[in-house]
Amino acid sequence: MKMPYKWLNEYVKIDVTPKEFASRMTMTGSKVEGWEQIGENIENVVVGRVLSIEKHPDADKLVVCSIDVGKAEPVQIVTGAKNLKVGDLVPAALHPAKLPGGEIKKTVMRGVESNGMLCSIAELGLTLNDCPYAIADGILVLPEEYGKPGDDIRKVLGLDDVVVEFEITPNRPDCLSMIGLAREASASFEQPLTLPNPEIKNAEGDIRDYLDVEIDASDLCPRYTAAMAKDIKIEPSPKWMREYLRDAGVRPINNIVDITNYVMLEYGQPMHAFDYSCIDEKKIIVRRSNPGEQIVTLDGQTRNLADNTLLITDPVKAIGIAGVMGGENSEITENTKMIVFESATFDGPTVRVASRKIGMRTEASGRFEKGLDCENTMPALLRACQLVEELGAGKIIGGIVDAYPVKKQQRRIKLEPERINHFIGIDVSRETMEKYLLSLGFELDGDDIIVPFWRDDVVGFADISEEIARLYGYDLIESTSFAGQITVGGLTPRQQFDRALAEGCFACGFSEAKTLTFIGPKVFDQLRIPADSVLRKAVVISNPLGEDQSLMRTTPIHSILEVMARNYNFRAPLARIFEKATIFLPHLKEDGGVDLTQLPVEKDILTMSMFGGGDFFTLKGCVNGLLDSCSVKDYEYLPCKDEPSYHPGRCAAVVTADGRRIGTVGQIHPEVAKTYGISTEVYMAELDCDLLYALSDSKKTYHALPKYPAITRDLAVLCDKGVYASQLEKAIRRGGGEQLVQVEFFDVYEGAQVAPGKKSVAFALAFRSPDHTLSDAEIDADMAAILKALLDDCGAVLRA
Amino acid sequence: MREQLEQILKRGLDEISSASVRDELENARIKYLGKKGELTQILRSMGQLSAEERPVLGQLANEVREQLTGAINAAASELASKAAELKIKAETIDVTMPGEKVEFGKKHPLSIVLDEIYDIFSSMGFSIVNGPEVELDYYNFEALNIPKNHPARDTQDTFYINDNIVLRTQTSPMQVRTMEKQKPPLRIIAPGRVYRSDAVDATHSPVFHQIEGLVVDKGITMGDLKGTLDVFAKKLYGNDTVTRFRPHHFPFTEPSAEMDVMCFNCGGKGCRLCKGEGWIEILGCGMVHPGVLRNCGIDPEVYSGFAFGIGLERIVMRRFNIDDMRLLFDNDLRFLKQF
Repeated sequence: MKMPYKWLNEYVKIDVTPKEFASRMTMTGSKVEGWEQIGENIENVVVGRVLSIEKHPDADKLVVCSIDVGKAEPVQIVTGAKNLKVGDLVPAALHPAKLPGGEIKKTVMRGVESNGMLCSIAELGLTLNDCPYAIADGILVLPEEYGKPGDDIRKVLGLDDVVVEFEITPNRPDCLSMIGLAREASASFEQPLTLPNPEIKNAEGDIRDYLDVEIDASDLCPRYTAAMAKDIKIEPSPKWMREYLRDAGVRPINNIVDITNYVMLEYGQPMHAFDYSCIDEKKIIVRRSNPGEQIVTLDGQTRNLADNTLLITDPVKAIGIAGVMGGENSEITENTKMIVFESATFDGPTVRVASRKIGMRTEASGRFEKGLDCENTMPALLRACQLVEELGAGKIIGGIVDAYPVKKQQRRIKLEPERINHFIGIDVSRETMEKYLLSLGFELDGDDIIVPFWRDDVVGFADISEEIARLYGYDLIESTSFAGQITVGGLTPRQQFDRALAEGCFACGFSEAKTLTFIGPKVFDQLRIPADSVLRKAVVISNPLGEDQSLMRTTPIHSILEVMARNYNFRAPLARIFEKATIFLPHLKEDGGVDLTQLPVEKDILTMSMFGGGDFFTLKGCVNGLLDSCSVKDYEYLPCKDEPSYHPGRCAAVVTADGRRIGTVGQIHPEVAKTYGISTEVYMAELDCDLLYALSDSKKTYHALPKYPAITRDLAVLCDKGVYASQLEKAIRRGGGEQLVQVEFFDVYEGAQVAPGKKSVAFALAFRSPDHTLSDAEIDADMAAILKALLDDCGAVLRA
Repeated sequence: MREQLEQILKRGLDEISSASVRDELENARIKYLGKKGELTQILRSMGQLSAEERPVLGQLANEVREQLTGAINAAASELASKAAELKIKAETIDVTMPGEKVEFGKKHPLSIVLDEIYDIFSSMGFSIVNGPEVELDYYNFEALNIPKNHPARDTQDTFYINDNIVLRTQTSPMQVRTMEKQKPPLRIIAPGRVYRSDAVDATHSPVFHQIEGLVVDKGITMGDLKGTLDVFAKKLYGNDTVTRFRPHHFPFTEPSAEMDVMCFNCGGKGCRLCKGEGWIEILGCGMVHPGVLRNCGIDPEVYSGFAFGIGLERIVMRRFNIDDMRLLFDNDLRFLKQF
């Protein structure tokens, strides 16, 4: 909301610097976004009178002018303009001058000295709307009454004001007006507020002979007020009004349209003017749209209306979309002779839906959708009529049509000074509170506060507290620490676990990534996920930024692969990345469709990925270390050939002893990696954080250190190539008995030294007894049992 | 014999002192003091001497032996220390050569600051709660006094799943979820991802992070809100941080405020960083709206509370001088490794 300082001063006298003004207004709740000194890019431009115009001796298209600029000597300026005549008043930029387009300096044009420049409207940063008396291409010739030679052009054209821009929060539509802001300024600076008191002086006739209004949807239109004027003369509005509108950011058009805009800015009440001759049967009906109804709006567009759009109509046709835009069929034109002013209130959400449906936000709709005060329609309408008289734009027809089915009641709230003081943490007297409230337009009736009509946002105790607090000053409220009962606070065990998991990843050299949680449907193909996979059942965003961001991810690996690809493209020789990635798994209906009557399950998957500097076993080692660090025991790796995104020969499922799936570790399928532009081996691990936490043994107990030494034996066995190392290890453990305390794989060999189809696998074993040092004989017995188990379970024999 | 002894002593001492390696020294020891050594032989022949000569020369011979033994020991330890010195010298390495590479992973800058924020509020007795990102419209909007078609929805461009489910646009739904489940006293923060349909650019991302805070108890005041958040700002930015609370509007708090901190760059004078205002907006906050308390079954006549919402990205970007939000989600290792 832009507020010209001069306009504000019509209602309240404020004489502080813009910076002080901005700071105080911001601190009382009207946030100032910034301010602009109008005309700050214009300097040393004055009114000049053309004394003489002579042909340039060396240029056909130029003339040499002598200009009186209010000094003893006239100034010589060369110009190419053709619209000048002797005696004209013109803006003259004198050496050295500043204009919006740049600096103006003394120059020599084709041998003739020119000491400045005569300006067009564009050169002053203005338009024909601002200066309807001007021509578009030519020097701006000023009306005689605007000033005299030597006057500063900024003063003459009203380019000397400060415009303050406010950020108005949606709860304060009353502040989308000069009067609303003036009221806030008056309370903030403790200066009296003077409001206009519009009166109609010379009405003729009776509006009831011309117009009837009927509200067919009183739930959506609490009040519809109308006035009329005849003998309309459409012409530009006066200079002062054009300047106020211009500075407030509204384009001046003609007197009637400008009056509606002026009143909207002044009162915050949007107004509309209809051409009376276009209203059939002397009747305005406010109703909901009929199915399939259309309207051509002011901008010439045919609009298909959604059902239940609120319309302004006559018995024959629609003439406007309520609160959004008028119809082309009833537009004010140069030929308009009689007008109807509409000043009404409409249901906010209805206006909002209508304006969104047709993709049109207007100054009016932006106000209506916040919910306007229906008591404001009448003063605004009277003000418009008063301006019609003042501007000589027409004659007001006597009376007002006021369709107002249910009169609005003023809200009453109890003033509870003590409770407010406790709630805010201040000590303000009742008298001071009353003073604050009165200055904002509240009234007092004993213990009751009567809320002004325009403050629909004030409904209870908390709202009154805010009014008191903001005028008292938030900065004066003492900072305290809260009393009350003690709370323990801190991280839950789960949150501590998550932190520890991240620490583990850092220790393994993995850096943490944060990725967006969207994927697109093409990702499933990219990841080779089968058409019937449940992973394709994703939560779909109905208004996504694009198709590739239209689903909530059901797998974390796409996001991480994109990160890996990015780093690969930057030629990182190796990369280790992890993310605690949330995936979104919707519930499914019986027919397999996504059930969105309930929220999806959100699961955190610890996703680790690497390329370069290692292979499958490097990543597996990291995963083992991580599981060990969070005391997860009793799990194993099972070869896994059916993870579609992974290399079928290099992928393992990590499962617990009782068959629960902790996750997956493997090499990403080379075909998948290729689609991400990664042509090296990239490895990935996905671990279910919830399950990891459930498995983690947070209770740690000390076990006594061994008293007797461990005896070690190496064991190399020959077996078929297809036997897994984990099967051999299981057999060894089964055969080894209690004294076997450690089995460590250390080598595998295939080649010339062993028979084809066979391999040799070596383990380091350690035996220990808690109560004595083991003898060779005891260990020999254990080894025999181990070899038997190896033979029985895996067909493996001692390598000779 | 006396002469013999004196010669042995002289020659022996000469040989000992000229020995430059351990073997030469050992040879000298064997030559004079070994079983067949010269001195040993003389000592063996002592029996042939007269009773008068024997004690005198015996004493002399012992003195010679002691002197030689002493000299040998001294020379031996000197040789040993020389040898050790040589060994040390030979072992010298170029310590400026690089160490073996052990690369630790790095914490994401968002996590660095988030963990700090956890610690700050944990120390004030707050717990941390988490909630769903795909959220019911009820929790994200309606229970927070933002009914359908309320203009406040304009300021939060929302991703919709359907009429009833949205991607949460704020962490504030966690206020409601927490108050529905637990009764006062409540002190929680709720961090998490939130979503707005903004296209990606240097200052916007459709996915970003907020931290919601909520305190509800008997007798909580707006002064408590100021005090708590002032401590937060000082712990995050340093003890000399100056905060400012300015009125604002949120549908679910009343009174509402925004907290600014005095611009670190210009100290409040106004500069490019703070867009000339001298202050930088850090968070939104306010006293929990009585209607919200009521929606959650908490009696606003008995309890009061305050709530706040912090945007994580902005704090992180300012902390590390990051000028483009996209860097936070690109996960370029050249970026991540800087923290």
